[in-house]
Amino acid sequence: MGIIEVRDLCFYYGSFQALDRIGLDIEKNRITALIGPSGCGKTTFLRSLNRMTDMIENVRVTGRVIIDGEDIYRPGADLLALRKKVGMVFQRPNPFPLSVYDNVVYGLRVHGLRDKRRLEEKLVRSLESVHLWEELKDRLDANALTLSGEQQQRLCIARLVAVEPEIVLMDEPCSALDLAATANIEDLMAELKKRYTIVIVTHNMQQAARVSDFTGYFLLGELVEIGATHQIFTTPRDPRTEDYITGRFG
Amino acid sequence: MRVDPRVEQRVVGALLWSMTVVTVAVLVFIIAFVLKKGLPAVDWGFLVENPVDMGKGGGIFSTIIGTIVLTAGAILVATPLGVGTAIFLTEYTWEGPVTRIIRFGAECLAGIPSIIFGLFGFILFVTKLKFGWSILSGSLTLAFMILPTIIRTSEEAIKSVPPGFRTVSFSLGSTKWQMVTRVVLPSALPGIVTGIVLSVGRSIGETAAVIFTAGSALRIPASLFSSSRTMSVHFYILAREGISMTNAYGTAAVLIVAILGINILTYYLMHRFIRKYS
Repeated sequence: MGIIEVRDLCFYYGSFQALDRIGLDIEKNRITALIGPSGCGKTTFLRSLNRMTDMIENVRVTGRVIIDGEDIYRPGADLLALRKKVGMVFQRPNPFPLSVYDNVVYGLRVHGLRDKRRLEEKLVRSLESVHLWEELKDRLDANALTLSGEQQQRLCIARLVAVEPEIVLMDEPCSALDLAATANIEDLMAELKKRYTIVIVTHNMQQAARVSDFTGYFLLGELVEIGATHQIFTTPRDPRTEDYITGRFG
Repeated sequence: MRVDPRVEQRVVGALLWSMTVVTVAVLVFIIAFVLKKGLPAVDWGFLVENPVDMGKGGGIFSTIIGTIVLTAGAILVATPLGVGTAIFLTEYTWEGPVTRIIRFGAECLAGIPSIIFGLFGFILFVTKLKFGWSILSGSLTLAFMILPTIIRTSEEAIKSVPPGFRTVSFSLGSTKWQMVTRVVLPSALPGIVTGIVLSVGRSIGETAAVIFTAGSALRIPASLFSSSRTMSVHFYILAREGISMTNAYGTAAVLIVAILGINILTYYLMHRFIRKYS
């Protein structure tokens, strides 16, 4: 039994079916990687886990996604509480055009924290957990857009962990970064999984193999196979997975 | 007969150049003409004294006050309505037939001649609602006139805020309203302000819409229900009734300088706005 249980999840954009009867469990404090070719539904699946897909017009969902024992698609589900619990890191680093300080405390303020001292405590802790505190402690007033790409992505992760989510969804978080920055962010993920459950979508199979504990392979809106990462990459059960990971396809 | 492309190029170049010269020349001529005729009448006393003898003597102080009060009233009413509508259209609804109808309606409103607004304001505010010729009637009429400008510029400004900011804000558990007030509006503010300043320019110069609704009293208005005269109405009456051409041109000069100032300010704001997002 996982922290996230997905049962028979189907997802439609208008009349187009993007996900077909997805069922899987995601385990607590582990990194689960989702791989597959472009358009296979892995990003749609990721975004359906905190209902960011609600922002798109004309979507329809059937099936259940149970997080901490509650179906997030039940009528009247509390979306704000859900997104506080299930946060997201995006493909491109996307800090607000505000100061470093205002970026990190954005979520805290949104959730009603006003006390200056507590905001600062959490700011320090969040920046420390992404190893930005030493670099930025004298530049908290600087506009976040002046930081490097890697710093921006770390800042976005700090902004997220400040609200203390349980689950962190990562949508190709390294695709806009260079190799060194990618390695650093991957190290960071390994640290973060002690406190958070991480689900990461990646185009990069080596990255999935390096960082994840479990790997799921999506193809044409279907979950072909999911299992322990070393098993998927050494002895896949489904021939379609084997074609993909050996590079015969995709 | 085939014209040598090189000759054609020369001719077209000269033609376009002269068209531009004509455009600029007309503008410069109008401004220079009004300033030349008007500025001699303008001194400190002209700006701070009230009109005497229907405007034959004295200054234009009460009409400056009338213009400022009417414009401020119009902006105070139109800004929340316009920005609110823009927020609704961009953030609170999907694109569809309804938004298209609202937008089309606003565009039509922008195309209505101002004298029709004056007539509408006269019938609705002055007579039907019994506000009389007053600051209130005039401001409300002006507000409806500038509403389309404010809606459109605010919408453009809001749309130019990168969509990623909205996604992030939602993903951190914010409500739509928190997202709008903390991320979208601050980023869109320079664009919204540009639209408001543009509307101020339009209100200040407006004559037809206010002469029917705010009247033409020369006293400094005492309340929202007092009639008042704006600079452009003052100019119209002075010139039309042959009271004093000198003072009419003086008023026009003050008006033109004010509007030029506002346009320069708008240009500056827009420039800053564009720099911020490119």
